[in-house]
Amino acid sequence: MTAHAEPLLSLRGVKAYYGNVAALKGVDVEVREGEIVALIGANGAGKSTLMMTVFGAPRARQGQIHFAGRDITALPTHEIAKLRIAQSPEGRRIFSRMTVMENLQIGATVTDAVDLGADLERVFTLFPRLRDRRHQRGGTLSGGEQQMLAIGRALMSRPRLILLDEPSLGLAPLLVQQIFAAIRALNERDKLTVFLVEQNAYHALKLAHRGYVMVNGLIALQGSGSELLRRPEIRAAYLEGGVR
Amino acid sequence: MEYFVQQLINGITLGSIYGLIAIGYTMVYGIVGMINFAHGDIFMVGAFLALIAFLVLVALGISTVPLALFIVLLVSMALTALYGWTVERIAYRPLRHSFRLAPLISAIGMSIVLQNYVQVAQGARVKPLPPLVHGGYTLFEGNDFAVRLSNIQIIIIITTIALMTGFSFLVARTRLGRNMRACEQDLKMAALVGIDVDRTISLTFVIGAALASVAGLMFLLYYGVVDFFIGFLAGVKAFTAAVLGGIGSLPGAMIGGILIGLIETMWSAYFSIEYKDVAAFAILIIVLIFLPTGLLGRPEVEKV
Repeated sequence: MTAHAEPLLSLRGVKAYYGNVAALKGVDVEVREGEIVALIGANGAGKSTLMMTVFGAPRARQGQIHFAGRDITALPTHEIAKLRIAQSPEGRRIFSRMTVMENLQIGATVTDAVDLGADLERVFTLFPRLRDRRHQRGGTLSGGEQQMLAIGRALMSRPRLILLDEPSLGLAPLLVQQIFAAIRALNERDKLTVFLVEQNAYHALKLAHRGYVMVNGLIALQGSGSELLRRPEIRAAYLEGGVR
Repeated sequence: MEYFVQQLINGITLGSIYGLIAIGYTMVYGIVGMINFAHGDIFMVGAFLALIAFLVLVALGISTVPLALFIVLLVSMALTALYGWTVERIAYRPLRHSFRLAPLISAIGMSIVLQNYVQVAQGARVKPLPPLVHGGYTLFEGNDFAVRLSNIQIIIIITTIALMTGFSFLVARTRLGRNMRACEQDLKMAALVGIDVDRTISLTFVIGAALASVAGLMFLLYYGVVDFFIGFLAGVKAFTAAVLGGIGSLPGAMIGGILIGLIETMWSAYFSIEYKDVAAFAILIIVLIFLPTGLLGRPEVEKV
């Protein structure tokens, strides 16, 4: 199992700041090939910052980020994307004045245009709603459709690793189920490695192989998904009172 | 009636030149959110480069007018584009993450630099170019007034239509155009999907400068004279055109350009030529008060 010898993505002692405010205070995280890893924590803990720091925006002021054996800490954002890491970021950031189709084409920026047809087909199979809406502007889609588009756009780059920031945010329970099912399918069928940020801790930890709990810019706990689900402090902080 | 049609033709010709410059303002504003005040001077540099290119061609003995025009067009587009690229590289890019006013101040500085550079290098006197394109057509006559469409006007209008069509196609259909629109909407997300944002911004400046250089060449052919100061007035008017059309909107810049050309020409024809600039800038003020987003602009605030 040489593939597991070195994690696909690793962050070591990463510190990042907004101005002079420390958002990440020395974070160690590993994502191995083929895994689903969930990152949970309260609002403002630094989860989204961690996702963006992988892409160098904001840039890690200390520590190292490695992807597939390569040090990407200082690489420009678009060069990092070229290594086939994709992100569906916080707030989805759909290009709202472009059509669904154009959004997906933009997602394919780092692949060769030749594969476009097959990649589009893959996204449309996963999210048939997008096919129906492909000539509509991104801004006119519903929240759930925008979420699908954000994930679809990320998939268009044929990523080795996909970062999903709160894919369930603001969605109806049924849609949350759909999105999570899609993530599981991508992981199991296409062997896609997934690094997931979630408020919805219960769903996320059930889905994930492993999880990290972030508190105040630091990793407070880690373990397998089921392990974390059983921890009393996790239940108290993130699950009880908010269980579905 | 004949007089009016004549003014219409003249106005559209002038408006074409403004429109070509206005595209540069609106494009740069769309992507980096700054007004490139040096853009008018890029237009002026384009006119000078065209003049120099003509003189070089004459010295080389190339005197076929269509061929010479074509070579001059290409040469001045290429060299002016280089100016546009350089200005962005040295005056704006280092300030991209600075406070919002910094690149604006830098742009005004760049405008002064370019003006003085040309004044020093070329002298402050007006430079003439003997008329190269002669002739034209009399469309119709009546009331002792002949409506004329000169060949140079035809060249200007057709070139403008061709460039604007080509450019609209570029923005709407090509990969570069898509990348430019992505950068315009969300720079950070554009970088996340792998678009080289710096390169896209550079290309935006390059394309804007190339279009401005065509306007410079047209101006040179139409009026036959250039000096180091033409960029200021033409630049501010093209900026007015961009605001009138809705800053950030490409069709808006084109329509705004034509409208400003028409307003200026009509005002000169029917009221007083001394106040034509006042008329154009009064429009700027009125638009900013009553229609701040312009004819085709979007409101600044966008819903999530």
